[in-house]
Amino acid sequence: MAIFLTKDSKVIVQGMTGATGMKHTKLMLADGTNIVGGVNPRKAGTSVDFDGTSVPVFGSVAEAMEKTGADVTVVFVPPAFAKAAVVEAIDAEIPLAVVITEGIAVHDSAAFWAYAGSKGNKTRIIGPNCPGLITPGQSNAGIIPGDITKPGRIGLVSKSGTLTYQMMYELRDIGFSSAVGIGGDPVIGTTHIDALAAFEADPETELIVMIGEIGGDAEERAADFIKANVTKPVVGYVAGFTAPEGKTMGHAGAIVSGSSGTAQAKKEALEAAGVKVGKTPSETARLARAALGA
Amino acid sequence: MEKGRTRVDLFEYQARDLFAKHGVPVLAGEVIDTPEDARAATERLGGKSVVKAQVKVGGRGKAGGVKLAATPDEAVARATDILGMDIKGHTVHKVMIAETAPEILEEYYVSYLLDRTNRTFLAMASVAGGMDIEEVAATTPEKLAKVPVNANEGVTIEKAREIVAQAKFPAEVAEKVAEVMVTLWKTFVAEDALLVEVNPLAKVASGDVIALDGKVSLDENADFRQPEHEALEDKAAANPLEAAAKAKGLNYVKLEGQVGIIGNGAGLVMSTLDVVAYAGENHGGVKPANFLDIGGGASAEVMANGLEIILGDPDVKSVFVNVFGGITACDEVAKGIVQALELLKSKGEDVSKPLVVRLDGNNAELGRKILSDANHPLVQRVDTMDGAADKAAELAAAK
Repeated sequence: MAIFLTKDSKVIVQGMTGATGMKHTKLMLADGTNIVGGVNPRKAGTSVDFDGTSVPVFGSVAEAMEKTGADVTVVFVPPAFAKAAVVEAIDAEIPLAVVITEGIAVHDSAAFWAYAGSKGNKTRIIGPNCPGLITPGQSNAGIIPGDITKPGRIGLVSKSGTLTYQMMYELRDIGFSSAVGIGGDPVIGTTHIDALAAFEADPETELIVMIGEIGGDAEERAADFIKANVTKPVVGYVAGFTAPEGKTMGHAGAIVSGSSGTAQAKKEALEAAGVKVGKTPSETARLARAALGA
Repeated sequence: MEKGRTRVDLFEYQARDLFAKHGVPVLAGEVIDTPEDARAATERLGGKSVVKAQVKVGGRGKAGGVKLAATPDEAVARATDILGMDIKGHTVHKVMIAETAPEILEEYYVSYLLDRTNRTFLAMASVAGGMDIEEVAATTPEKLAKVPVNANEGVTIEKAREIVAQAKFPAEVAEKVAEVMVTLWKTFVAEDALLVEVNPLAKVASGDVIALDGKVSLDENADFRQPEHEALEDKAAANPLEAAAKAKGLNYVKLEGQVGIIGNGAGLVMSTLDVVAYAGENHGGVKPANFLDIGGGASAEVMANGLEIILGDPDVKSVFVNVFGGITACDEVAKGIVQALELLKSKGEDVSKPLVVRLDGNNAELGRKILSDANHPLVQRVDTMDGAADKAAELAAAK
């Protein structure tokens, strides 16, 4: 099973012919990902060779889907052009768009998120500014190293890239059903809650590890969701207990979210929902092991 | 501290200028940094003015940072008082010489910002302006209207009227406030702002509404299409280490402690700060000295730049390099550390503080071997994050 991504996923890469896109397409192929095409209107009709695997380049997401049956796109397009790339993916109604690009302006991500909504949310967006997701042994859509761990029974959802890797490494002997990096930007597509719901429904996932960070109230809302909807054990970690308050002007943001956004507030909310929360990554891994009896 | 994103908070006078540019009604004003300039500025305003401290903190009025001047001489005197004043830890380097407001009849509040929870923009408006809006939200939430704004639909005059109606503005100012909501939205979008706030929006004797004070925060990620924004950054106020790091493209924040931190990935670095602070509890209360994320690449050059900043911080007693090799292999990182130390030494930098290095992940064994083989007298290898944090804290406490 796994969530959002399986060995049957047909993946295209927007921005494949750029340096980052080339590097990671090669790595994704090495992890067994079924990459069926790249998208670049200026190089349509050509193909790129990755260690003997020839990947065709299409002029648009719609064309790539029509010719290959692609159902996942991974976006490596630079920030200035990322909004147009995501809007194109939404227009093509591709089921999953994984936006790796870091540094997208908030007005752009808010615009493509609103656009996805106006089109009926037919495209699940993961990211932006995220490492993507991996279903070990099956498929890798993004930049998560494929060799940290193996298939297993833990589901992982995280705001942070390197903490995702760290946690996969700490629990590498148990293995993961899927690991999803949702990104830490102010506007993201897939949330902790979306991933929690998917892991709850996934028969191969026995335990969920959730990694959060200071800022916003996503963890608090996830806690409410867990209380009402998640029966599987959840172990949590929140980074930033000792981080100083940001130099923001006023607290208009806090009024909106109704939360202070501190790590302590998030920890308390999660614990009130029955989530065991570690104070460090290693303690979190120990809690996960204990919950699995592993 | 919010990871991976920098918001640029503007001074009042900069917000005023942006409001004026996009048609939000404001009073005349100009910024000065020497008292004598207050005279000419006040003369240009007809002989009287308000002298307003420019600090990025609330409550400056109560702190004596806003004074009326009835004559140009008085303006010089008030500017002399206010320049150099300390307001809640912020030194006043600039004052705005502003036109005096006509008689104020009422004070309102209006703003646009991002609603992260609902992933949309939000208009907030209240007839109870002029005070701390957080307090209005807490004590009389019914007086604060919050209306979602779709990023692609924006704020037309119809939408603005809806916002104004929800906030129950009096009929005689409703249309004028709605017009402000439209021009303020223009400011928000055209400037790639994360926040635009007017408080107070004053109703004056003539019946007009005027933005008397405001806040604007800009999104640095939009700098590629906002070439004028770089000039708005308050480079003078930045910590010199932070400024030096920024010039090198490093994501660095100066903190209060003694253990220098270098890591890859904002989440891991934030986690490292926590682990070091906990370890410090066993070592005389030492704390992290900084946040520094060298990102995914971690080349020798980036590592050298990072080390140079951290070793240049006199507060730093020991350094903790915490790297999880993801796509980047740990052998590359290890080579980077060794080369960086050589590079700094050859540049004549003082490299005398102990380094604790933890490498895990991709090619960790190779990386550890490189460090062991290099046998650098200052570098200690500890292979777990908790153990390395403890060692770094111990070394900092021993200094």
